[in-house]
Amino acid sequence: MSDMPAAARPVRRRVITEEIAEEPPRATAYVCEAASCLSLQSHDITVRLGEVVADAGLGDVEIKRVGCLGLCAAGPLVEIAETGRLFEKVTPDAVGPVVAALADVKQTDVRAPQGPFFEKQLRVATENFGRVDPESLDDYVERGGFEALRRVLSDMTSTEVREEVTRSGLRGRGGAGFPTGLKWTTVAKAQGTQKYVICNADEGDPGAFMDRSVLESDPYRVLEGMTIAAFAVHATEGYIYCRAEYPLAVARLRSAIRQAQRAGYLGSGIMDTSFAFDVQIRLGAGAFVCGEETALIASIEGRRGTPRPRPPYPAVSGLFECPTLINNVETFASVPTILRKGPDWYAAIGVGKSKGTKVFALAGRVVNTGLVEVPMGMTLREIIFDIGGGIIDGRPFKAVQTGGPSGGCIPADHLDTPVTYESLVELGSFMGSGGMIVMDDTSCMVDVAKYFMDFCRDESCGKCTPCRVGTTQMWMLLDRITTGRATGGDLAQLEHLAAIVQRTSLCGLGQGAPNPVFSTLRYFRDEYLAHIEERRCPAGVCTIEQPAEVMA
Amino acid sequence: MSVYTLTIDGKDVAGSDGQTIMEVAEENGIDIPGLCHLEGIHDRGACRLCVVEIAGSPKLAAACVTQIAEGMEVTAHSDALLEYRRTITEMLFMERNHVCAVCVANNHCELQDTAEDMGLTHFDLPRISPKADIDASHPLFAIDHNRCILCLRCVRVCDEIEGAHTWDVMHRGLDTRVQTDMGIPWGESPTCTSCGKCVQVCPTGALFEKGRAVARGSKRRRPFLPWMKVVAEERGL
Ligand SMILES: Cc1cc2nc3c(=O)[nH]c(=O)nc-3n(C[C@H](O)[C@H](O)[C@H](O)COP(=O)(O)O)c2cc1C
Ligand code: SF4
Ligand code: SF4
Ligand code: FES
Repeated sequence: MSDMPAAARPVRRRVITEEIAEEPPRATAYVCEAASCLSLQSHDITVRLGEVVADAGLGDVEIKRVGCLGLCAAGPLVEIAETGRLFEKVTPDAVGPVVAALADVKQTDVRAPQGPFFEKQLRVATENFGRVDPESLDDYVERGGFEALRRVLSDMTSTEVREEVTRSGLRGRGGAGFPTGLKWTTVAKAQGTQKYVICNADEGDPGAFMDRSVLESDPYRVLEGMTIAAFAVHATEGYIYCRAEYPLAVARLRSAIRQAQRAGYLGSGIMDTSFAFDVQIRLGAGAFVCGEETALIASIEGRRGTPRPRPPYPAVSGLFECPTLINNVETFASVPTILRKGPDWYAAIGVGKSKGTKVFALAGRVVNTGLVEVPMGMTLREIIFDIGGGIIDGRPFKAVQTGGPSGGCIPADHLDTPVTYESLVELGSFMGSGGMIVMDDTSCMVDVAKYFMDFCRDESCGKCTPCRVGTTQMWMLLDRITTGRATGGDLAQLEHLAAIVQRTSLCGLGQGAPNPVFSTLRYFRDEYLAHIEERRCPAGVCTIEQPAEVMA
Repeated sequence: MSVYTLTIDGKDVAGSDGQTIMEVAEENGIDIPGLCHLEGIHDRGACRLCVVEIAGSPKLAAACVTQIAEGMEVTAHSDALLEYRRTITEMLFMERNHVCAVCVANNHCELQDTAEDMGLTHFDLPRISPKADIDASHPLFAIDHNRCILCLRCVRVCDEIEGAHTWDVMHRGLDTRVQTDMGIPWGESPTCTSCGKCVQVCPTGALFEKGRAVARGSKRRRPFLPWMKVVAEERGL
């Protein structure tokens, strides 16, 4: 590679302008420039491909930066748009095969099926992933972007919009699965002239990166969803609360907001109507509790980010004590497609009270770690084994952790359970925001419970007694168990404390913190007992102190 | 202003719109424990000692921040609730370093009283006992963080009644501490008016007047609180 710094090197990328857009390129290479691939220098691949293609005189080939291509574990990824061929672990020095494949693309080529990882997914919130340049408004518009907003602003009343969202069955994707249409209606009907829309992009669960990916790969979609919501609830100002640890997401959002304002999709007189709405970004300092809606609002107001008791709910009294709609990134990202394709189309996907699709971040001991979007009601087995490709090195599956620190571990017996909000709660877990951590026989379930408790005690805001003190005490008891210093009385006390912290804590962090303990006790009690009674860690993870031999 | 009727522990009671369960219970001689609540300053529902059951709601509610409603059926005392409260009180004792025998507030301490009311006779939970500081830089008062239960009465009284906002909170979780003026020593605080209100409202021996011997730190004189409440009501706040 040339030793010029990356920024100084000319990017000979074909730019779609009005004139040449009429003549589409013969072949296109999508280079993933979402955070995961970007961290493996995928931008250098874009630059290098541009240079090599130009040197080879391939004038009818486009090299395009896109958002997440999904299979993060195999990155950096490059896809040939026309054939669907995916190149994995590409390096800037070895782009030859990609260029050769580009030269080979013929007019008659059709996309080949890409295997179960891609074929079993159903993309709604992530439909533009790996297709649009996240920093190009034109690209978004070309793929149907802002069509839903145009329809809303020109043909619909706010009541009709809320009715369609209600009919779609969409529920909040940030945690508890509250019906989105009902929340919008509550805000719309709340007393008050000033109302706000907030997008919750705090995403603090360990192992979760759904929201980050949406913001990095398709930021305009979130802006469109928020604008539609603002119209539906009569809000004029919006905030996106994003953690500062997501610099790429923030940069792409900033660029998207600027371009949308310039093109009249945000600001006053949106799309030549009288509707006005604008969006600002607020950065969080990465406290998990600031994802809790009342703490998030306090943080935007410039106060300490601690939750307050509800009611009043934000829908009635939220930001600056005004009625406030707060939804998750993925919730907003689903809205444009729902209004474009119709609520009945969306409601036909999924099962029971869980409609539509859900994005999951597959992580842990699974072959295909990455981001997947599947219809609600797909079984855990299909997600982990068909899409996820099974367990690394063919080891036995032990459990899958869903729902983050408020969730639980689901064992192999329940792999055929269809994933819905209700079924996961029945199994003692939680949908949460969509983290899925797969574990094999090398994981100790007591150690897993201890890990999540450590997270909760560290992230506890310290406002209420049961969570501030109780999470540390539970962690101390778990630590005794994993180091072989516990007695049966400690286990009883752990269960007692867990019940009280769950019942009496102020917010969802404390109320949910005991869940990993409950669920591992429910399915893996024998592992706890092995640590306590036999001073043995069945998975061989914990270092157990053996009682010192007594010298005679 | 509308009046609601409701029951608390089976007793028929009435209260007006906007009143909390705690207030109505108090007016009717029903004692609900609580350490962050103090009449005259805003409630924050944080200590969780006042949790009650409301018929039809799966979640417990903090009586100090939950407004009454018509027909509400509140259970303020039950075996389960007592067990919750006793454990929460025990947590407060185990969190820092409470050695009553050498404390200025011994026998004048609301934490001690609460434990006594609940029959908390021994401690089973793990003891955390972190190293906590003492700030004795103020000429009249001192704070011993080993005895602080983070009720934040001091923060609120200083802000809402004295109007000085000398006190605030720093750090989070177990590391949470009350602090004076962005963490400078209390004695150097340019905003502290030395009014002593924080010392008067502190439920434990964390805030105390210098020169008081063990068990001499009585704090039951708080004339400024009811007075402020009258002013607030007159102003329609
Ligand atoms: C401790 C805690 C952390 C949370 N973190 C997030 C988060 O990172 N992102 C999010 O969207 N919701 C989070 N939530 C849920 C929010 O409070 C809120 O319910 C959600 O943003 C509502 O959006 P939805 O209806 O679209 O799901 C959290 C809740 C709790 C209790
Ligand atoms: S439950 Fe934990 S995070 Fe929530 S208010 Fe209480 S201390 Fe803070
Ligand atoms: S110093 Fe006293 S009044 Fe202040 S938070 Fe601690 S216990 Fe409460
Ligand atoms: S008195 Fe209600 S929570 Fe403390």
